[in-house]
Amino acid sequence: MSEIANLKAGLIADIAAADTLDALEALRVGAMGKNGVVTGLLKTLGGMSPEERLEKGPPIQDLRESVTAALADRKAALEQAALDARLAAEKIDMTLPADPGAQGSVHPVSQVMDELAEIFADLGFSVATGPEIEDDWHNFTALNIPETHPARAMHDTFYFPDAESGKKMLLRTHTSPVQIRTMMNGEPPIRIIAPGRVYRSDSDATHTPMFHQIEGLVIDKGITLGHLKWTLETFLKAFFERDDIVLRLRPSYFPFTEPSVEVDVGYTLTNGQRVIGGDGDAPGGGWLEVLGSGMVNRRVIEACGLDPDEWQGFAFGTGVDRLAMLKYGMNDLRAFFDGDLRWLKHYGFSALDVPTLSGGVGA
Amino acid sequence: MKFTLSWLKTHLATDADLPTILKGLTNIGLEVEGVENPAEKLAPFRIAKVLTAEPHPQADKLQVLTVDAGDGALQVVCGAPNARAGLVGVFGTEGAVVPVNGMVLKKTAIRGVESNGMMCSFRELELGEDHDGIIELGADAPVGQVYAQWAGLDDPVIDVSITPNRQDCMGVRGIARDLAAAGLGTLNAIVVPTVEGVGPGPDVRVEDADGCPAFFARTVKGVMNGASPAWMAKRLKAIGQKPISTLVDITNYIMIDLGRPLHVYDMATLKGGLVARKGRTGEEVLALNGKTYAVDETMTVIADDEAVHDIGGIMGGEHSGAQDGTTDVLIECAYFTPERIAVTGQKLALTSDARGRFERGVDPAFLDDGLSIATDLVVKLCGGTASEATRAGTPPVASKTVSYDPARCLALAGVDVAEAEQKRILERLGFGVEESFSANWTVTVPSWRRDVDGWPDIVEEVVRIVGLDQVPSTPLPRMPGVAKPTATTEQLVERRVRRTAAARGLAEAINWSFLSDKEAASVGGGDWTLANPISEDLKVMRPSLLPGLLSATRRNMDRGAVAVRLFELGRRYFAGQDDGSWERATVGFVLAGEKVARGWQTGKAQAFSAFDAKGEVIALLAAAGAPVANLQSFGDASSAYHPGQSGTLRLGPKMVLAEFGVLHPSLAKQFGLAGTVVAGEIFLDAIPAKRASGFMRAPYAPPALQAVKRDFAFLVDPSVEADALVRAVKGADKKAIVDARLFDVFVGPGVEDGKKSLAIEITLQPGDKSFSQEELDAISAAVVTAAGKLGGTLRA
Repeated sequence: MSEIANLKAGLIADIAAADTLDALEALRVGAMGKNGVVTGLLKTLGGMSPEERLEKGPPIQDLRESVTAALADRKAALEQAALDARLAAEKIDMTLPADPGAQGSVHPVSQVMDELAEIFADLGFSVATGPEIEDDWHNFTALNIPETHPARAMHDTFYFPDAESGKKMLLRTHTSPVQIRTMMNGEPPIRIIAPGRVYRSDSDATHTPMFHQIEGLVIDKGITLGHLKWTLETFLKAFFERDDIVLRLRPSYFPFTEPSVEVDVGYTLTNGQRVIGGDGDAPGGGWLEVLGSGMVNRRVIEACGLDPDEWQGFAFGTGVDRLAMLKYGMNDLRAFFDGDLRWLKHYGFSALDVPTLSGGVGA
Repeated sequence: MKFTLSWLKTHLATDADLPTILKGLTNIGLEVEGVENPAEKLAPFRIAKVLTAEPHPQADKLQVLTVDAGDGALQVVCGAPNARAGLVGVFGTEGAVVPVNGMVLKKTAIRGVESNGMMCSFRELELGEDHDGIIELGADAPVGQVYAQWAGLDDPVIDVSITPNRQDCMGVRGIARDLAAAGLGTLNAIVVPTVEGVGPGPDVRVEDADGCPAFFARTVKGVMNGASPAWMAKRLKAIGQKPISTLVDITNYIMIDLGRPLHVYDMATLKGGLVARKGRTGEEVLALNGKTYAVDETMTVIADDEAVHDIGGIMGGEHSGAQDGTTDVLIECAYFTPERIAVTGQKLALTSDARGRFERGVDPAFLDDGLSIATDLVVKLCGGTASEATRAGTPPVASKTVSYDPARCLALAGVDVAEAEQKRILERLGFGVEESFSANWTVTVPSWRRDVDGWPDIVEEVVRIVGLDQVPSTPLPRMPGVAKPTATTEQLVERRVRRTAAARGLAEAINWSFLSDKEAASVGGGDWTLANPISEDLKVMRPSLLPGLLSATRRNMDRGAVAVRLFELGRRYFAGQDDGSWERATVGFVLAGEKVARGWQTGKAQAFSAFDAKGEVIALLAAAGAPVANLQSFGDASSAYHPGQSGTLRLGPKMVLAEFGVLHPSLAKQFGLAGTVVAGEIFLDAIPAKRASGFMRAPYAPPALQAVKRDFAFLVDPSVEADALVRAVKGADKKAIVDARLFDVFVGPGVEDGKKSLAIEITLQPGDKSFSQEELDAISAAVVTAAGKLGGTLRA
């Protein structure tokens, strides 16, 4: 074996045996450094004649390439081993818990109000608001409920002490005063919904002194009870996302509508729960009152400064809390206003559950 | 309004079965609230005869009976003192459920003797209070027959809800009339008897014609008041009215049967004639409900020469009503003005069956008939001699007509009903219809329909009888194209804020709008206090969302919550212009308990700090579209907060958009909260609305050159606020400095006493070319100068 071949074999064996990066570096310097043995051999090439170079050059070049490759391979292997060792040392128990972050929620009443706004926007209704502290004119008189009307006794009204001007202020008992404000402040045609807090002096399992209503009002030319029926059917089908919604319309009485109609929706008992949908008269079914409505009384239209021979329309009102209960299955109204984090977590909605028509309004 | 099916059938000739009638009632607007047939729960109870009765071998008070309920002798142990051989009573066999307590009867041994059922008392069957012994029927009662059938209890009780406009349906007859109009039978003619009067009518007068326009009366002398006849008592009992005495029961019966309230006075208790007059301040009446009521000039009363005997149209007096020994009576049949009744009833907080009818407005044309029917019943059932009638005043019987175009039915209700059908419906309801080819119909309103006074009422009558199910569902006209956005700016802001808060880990609560006096006072007091609160806790309209949130926090803590993050979006209520309110849309939040629970990574639990509140406030303000970068930090949060660990964010010096901080310890204590509680409120209505500027954004291309960062540390007086220094530094070169961020605050070794070190990192954004060293030096010098104006010196 030639001298160079011996040198190569020795170096490669040394490199393979190097067990640290430092040892490998020392070998590299000894072979390939400025004064390295391989470098020294490479330097001799310059002093050779072409013939000599042709003969001795290739083994020296081969030595350089082999040693360089061996150094690189060994370095990579040592680095990989070092990395493997570090990773092995860094192993942690990934079953340890991660911080889930605080989880917030949107109240069902807010969610349902957003759902209603979305549905009614598609029907061309905008959202109107009004004060919760009202005067008796907007809450009663303009709605054709005079002082002595028995209907005033139907509303258990919260009153404030009379103002010096004699103005009687109260907490609105329904969202209907928003009808009045809308008609007085705007021009028909009108299509609005008005959600908000309302107040009645009542407290038991199904009544709280504060709750939420949503009012609807359409004033236009040629609007009939038929349009009211369609609107309510369409709205309830969209809200419950069911096509088998059956309504039962019953004649009723509200001073501000005429004819007045109460609306029941059919339910089916499923696993002891009342599930909205189906004919209430079918076996196992029943009816739940969900809405009050009717054609806006001519006196109300007049009180708002509109000509009842030109404009007519319908109005409806329903409980937002009640709609939420019917859709999502809560059974105690009082819990809505208790702020119990456990309840809010269970019945609340994620911030990203934004009702959309494309994604479905329910969540 | 309750009545039984058989009672209804005294007015309505019908073949319709119960379900059809119930459905019909609801369809025409007389909503059925309940129906109950007392016979159903009594079905297993049969008439039985006691064959033998022997003493119980083991018990003194018990007997061993053999009983025949139609299926042969059965042995029964019985404790009733009246149990004896030969008695015919009511027997519940094995398997029957005792109505009063739900107990299921089964074969059992009582003190070692087998017993196969139970002989029942009235109370056990919920047929009365009598529990002194078992029921004793006549010896002729048919053994083996179901008791309820034999006793005529198989008569469903129907409860309908009558809307406030339908005075006519506050009597069984009115309900029958409505059903007849809907095609569910024929209304029987009413028979008004003629009772010859002997002698002049009583001395009754009307002095308050506004409150009581008509007061008709007759007397009947020489009556015997006792228990009502069985048929009357049974009907009254069936609907939950306790029979009292014949005279009283007659007035109740006619009120329920015909919707006509009456009152009967015992003449022995009256001094002089009766007058319908205004009450006088100081007068009192002990009413039939045992309570004393003070009347005044706004109320109509019936009085004699000495005292008030009746709160007119609402409730009679205890002293002058018919008693067991009453012999001479005066029957009052009056018309009280509905509005007056309503006001009086509300004022006295007194409800009664009579008020319910008078305030809806009874039939003003039915006074004479009502009085005759009452007098006839009194004479027939109690004997005596009737006087002639006295008719003081005049009932308001003026007939009303409505001009009606039958085409209105389609125009308003959207349902096409043939004219002949409309006419038929109206006539069956008692309306008079005069057709005209050239003009509208003239419809005469029956005297009992005070509620009808315009053509929409006529449409309503037609539609309700035709049935709302006949109204075709008609789509609302739809605007072409995709629905347009409808939400207002305020609504969009509220939605964004709500969902941002929820996304940041806060749970939305809805708290009462009202607080207790004390709670309101703790946050500065409220402008609106209810005159009639439902309780002292719910009295003052909230001036702040904090008390409601703090109470909710407390409830959660009491339930074991360790971390509470709650927010609410709602209004605060203040005095506004023209006696009105100023309702301010507000977001409030409370963070309490553990911000970070103890953890394997984080160690001990960590509490919230004022800066958590500040962080939420800024995030929510940003969501609401407030110009967060331009807001100035101030102190001066309200007294709800720790004075040294709270602040406000303002747009300009006056416009407060939010306040936040650590809750004042005394307020936290008031709400029973321990540890650090932080909170904030954002006043959404104070945030200026963003100008709508279309969808196009300002043009922007990210700068080609990299930004440069430089750090400065300044020594300043402790009183210098970080925000002021950062603003000063940032303003040193408005073009080059795009950001300034405080990253360290230090007091201690290396910082001279009486100073603090604030370290700020500034970001410099080069434009077309990189900054030269000279430029950088100039900017640094400007920064140092700016800090110097606040007394800041570069830290060595």
